[in-house]
Amino acid sequence: MIPSVEIKNLTKQFAQGEPAIDNLTLNIEKGKITGLIGPDGAGKTTLIRLIAGLLTPSKGEITTLELSPVQQRDLLNTKIGYMPQKFGLYEDLSVIENLNLYADLKGILKPEKEELFNKVLDITDLNNFRPRLAGALSGGMKQKLGLACTLLGKPDLLLLDEPSVGVDPISRRELIKMVRELTDEGMTIFWSTAYLDEAHSFDNCIVMNEGKIIYSGLPHNLSETTTGFEEKVIELMGGFNPEPSELAEKFELKEDNGEYVIEALDLAKKYGDFYAVKNNTFHIKKGEIFGLLGPNGAGKSTSFKMMCGLATPTRGTAKIMGQDILKNPSKARSYLGYMAQKFSLYGDMSVLQNLSFFSGVYGLNIFQRKEKINEIVDIFHFKKYLDRDAKELPLGYKQRLSLACAVMHNPPVLFLDEPTSGVDPITRREFWHHIKALSKKGVTVMVTTHFMDEAEFCDRISLFYKGEAIATGSPKELKTMANAKTMEEAFVGLIREREREIVKSER
Amino acid sequence: MPIRRIISLIKKEFILIWKDPNSRMLIIVPPLLQLFIFAHAATMEVRNIDMAVLDKSQTLQSRNLISEFQHSKWFKKIILVENENQVAQMIKAKKVQIALCLNTDFATRLLSNKQTNVQLILDGRQTNLAGIVNGYATTIIGQYEAQYFPKRNVPKINIEIRNWFNPNLIFLWYTVVSLVTILATSIALVLTALSIAREREMGTFDQLIVSPLSSFEILMGKIIPPLIISLILATIMGIFTNIFFQVPFVGSVPLYYFSMLIYLLSVLGIGLFISSICKTQQQAILGAFTFQMPAILLSGYISPVEDMPMFFQTITWLNPVRFFLVIMKGVCLKNMPAEYVYQNLIPLIFIAILTLSAASWMFKRNLD
Repeated sequence: MIPSVEIKNLTKQFAQGEPAIDNLTLNIEKGKITGLIGPDGAGKTTLIRLIAGLLTPSKGEITTLELSPVQQRDLLNTKIGYMPQKFGLYEDLSVIENLNLYADLKGILKPEKEELFNKVLDITDLNNFRPRLAGALSGGMKQKLGLACTLLGKPDLLLLDEPSVGVDPISRRELIKMVRELTDEGMTIFWSTAYLDEAHSFDNCIVMNEGKIIYSGLPHNLSETTTGFEEKVIELMGGFNPEPSELAEKFELKEDNGEYVIEALDLAKKYGDFYAVKNNTFHIKKGEIFGLLGPNGAGKSTSFKMMCGLATPTRGTAKIMGQDILKNPSKARSYLGYMAQKFSLYGDMSVLQNLSFFSGVYGLNIFQRKEKINEIVDIFHFKKYLDRDAKELPLGYKQRLSLACAVMHNPPVLFLDEPTSGVDPITRREFWHHIKALSKKGVTVMVTTHFMDEAEFCDRISLFYKGEAIATGSPKELKTMANAKTMEEAFVGLIREREREIVKSER
Repeated sequence: MPIRRIISLIKKEFILIWKDPNSRMLIIVPPLLQLFIFAHAATMEVRNIDMAVLDKSQTLQSRNLISEFQHSKWFKKIILVENENQVAQMIKAKKVQIALCLNTDFATRLLSNKQTNVQLILDGRQTNLAGIVNGYATTIIGQYEAQYFPKRNVPKINIEIRNWFNPNLIFLWYTVVSLVTILATSIALVLTALSIAREREMGTFDQLIVSPLSSFEILMGKIIPPLIISLILATIMGIFTNIFFQVPFVGSVPLYYFSMLIYLLSVLGIGLFISSICKTQQQAILGAFTFQMPAILLSGYISPVEDMPMFFQTITWLNPVRFFLVIMKGVCLKNMPAEYVYQNLIPLIFIAILTLSAASWMFKRNLD
């Protein structure tokens, strides 16, 4: 069979530095899902854009669906669906209006339209949300709508660039199931992902590093189990050899009082008549890693925001080191290190300027600042990036810089809101290595995540659903509760169970 | 410790203003562009000037002076006239732009080393032209004296200037002074309006809120950099107008800066207020213009406040631009006595307190 995509000795060189794609040869099998994994900056997005004809190769050949992506782009456009990392949905238009717009853009005529809409809405399970504004959809549903719009042209080849970043496990499962069904009709799928469990479940898998392919073949040839696969992939990418975390060693934990470091006391947030969070109470002990888990839109982020003073609770309050966040916000926040969901340092300032700004804001004097900055530059290997604008850093380095700025003032409490979203496996390992070491030193950590392997690192987990904590306990306890083997099964199981209870009580 | 934090904030703000193409453009392009356009639209170099000369002296010295004019590159026709009436007619009919009157005792006083008066009459209706022509004529007379009486350290020729029809060249100077005010206003306003909105848009604002900074410190960090930038730009524009438009500065410098400071604070309060309610930079810029247009229209710059309908006159009591324009004109051009300045400064102080507290209230409220 002719492969859907044939690539021979492809090189793509941008203006400066190493080539993004380096003499790469690859065939993508027709009618299969092929996964693409690799660290940040490995050239995954560049490769996908080259296949779609959005970039011109510097050297070598690409044949996509027997066409040349650059010369025959117009013809190719009707045959491929490309969903970029951030799909351009119009947030102020409804689901059906978004579909209509993309159908018009693809030149789909009236008679076919309705039938096609029914089909893609069925596939993506969005039929009941037709009039809902795209901006009001949860993260997972937005990705599904993006996929629905991409599917409108009835493509033979579907290119997906990290469609599951920031999507909860349940929605991810559904997304994979949908795409899987598409291959039954003969569609070819090329799927770039940061989730190794996802890649393990695909038909084929390609591991890239520094513009080259380092593995291409069946995922199960690497390992039968997901964890084994992960280990193998990380090894292929150069491996992660944990040395004792220097960050934790240099960390000076100052204050110490009380049994509970973080307390949420009957927190509630109401928007209109809708409770985004209700009856949220928990106590976190010193040195614990406490995870907030739950589907998109369950109220994790809202709880998080209330606990660090970014949102005012409708009822209840939170205490950090015994300080009330509402009564003594400045004092309470001074104990806090915070990492936001998306990169939120100053992109227009250099790495050094960011470090020196945050050290200044935390009140370090000039000498302390110099010392601290030098220390951090050593630990995170920032030396060669010091004068680079933060927005131009590779994702992994951005994430390191965020962590560095969050812990600069030795806070006894760390709040991490999806800190590893979209980050490659090695950087994630390194990140958790630091976090675990810090918690051993007595730092208390509250974290939200969609990665179930990360959930395993938590000492205790609170599972959120529809604004309420439906289960709290150690990962082991949760698994026992749901009678599940893995954390993901426990997550899905507990939520399904809760759904059934709700349905029952409504009858 | 709070000072250290605020300094860090200020430093960051300067870096961001400079690195953000939007705001960098804003502080460089409009002030220079508008002032230059103004300068060139008003033609900086004037040639082919026609001049009437009333030479009552009729001596070698007076003829030498006249020939200096004849040989300069700026003057074209020199028309000799016989009496003041003819001078008046020619200027009125715009046949000449300038008239030079030399008295009968011009030569005798000059030779006997006494103070001599020379009169220049200018057409004040063409304000800009009059200013420029005056500059040329003064230069030529200075050169003449230096050339023919090289040993004198102190010039003996007094130049008396009469601007007919518009004795103080009011229009041009007022326009230029008002323009400086308006430019300083729009820079201060837009810079602050952008500042919080930009951080919201970039997602860096949450990071600031979660840090131990108090909202007072954050607000100080947001106010001081635009304040410094606008003060510096106002100074540069002031010097510029002094050099290129010969706008005199006759008032008190401390009073000028003190009023400027109060005024800018009131404008910054409005900018911050706008910024606290806007989610994006576009909204902020639109918000800034929504305030700025009516504020200028109701300031007395375009038509006097006294001519407005009662209702609008009442509104102008809340308009900082109104009070500051009076102070600017008064302090720059007229050496207005301090008590009159204070009459306008006190309302400004109240407005500043009002806008700054509204901004900090809005800022805290919108944290949610």
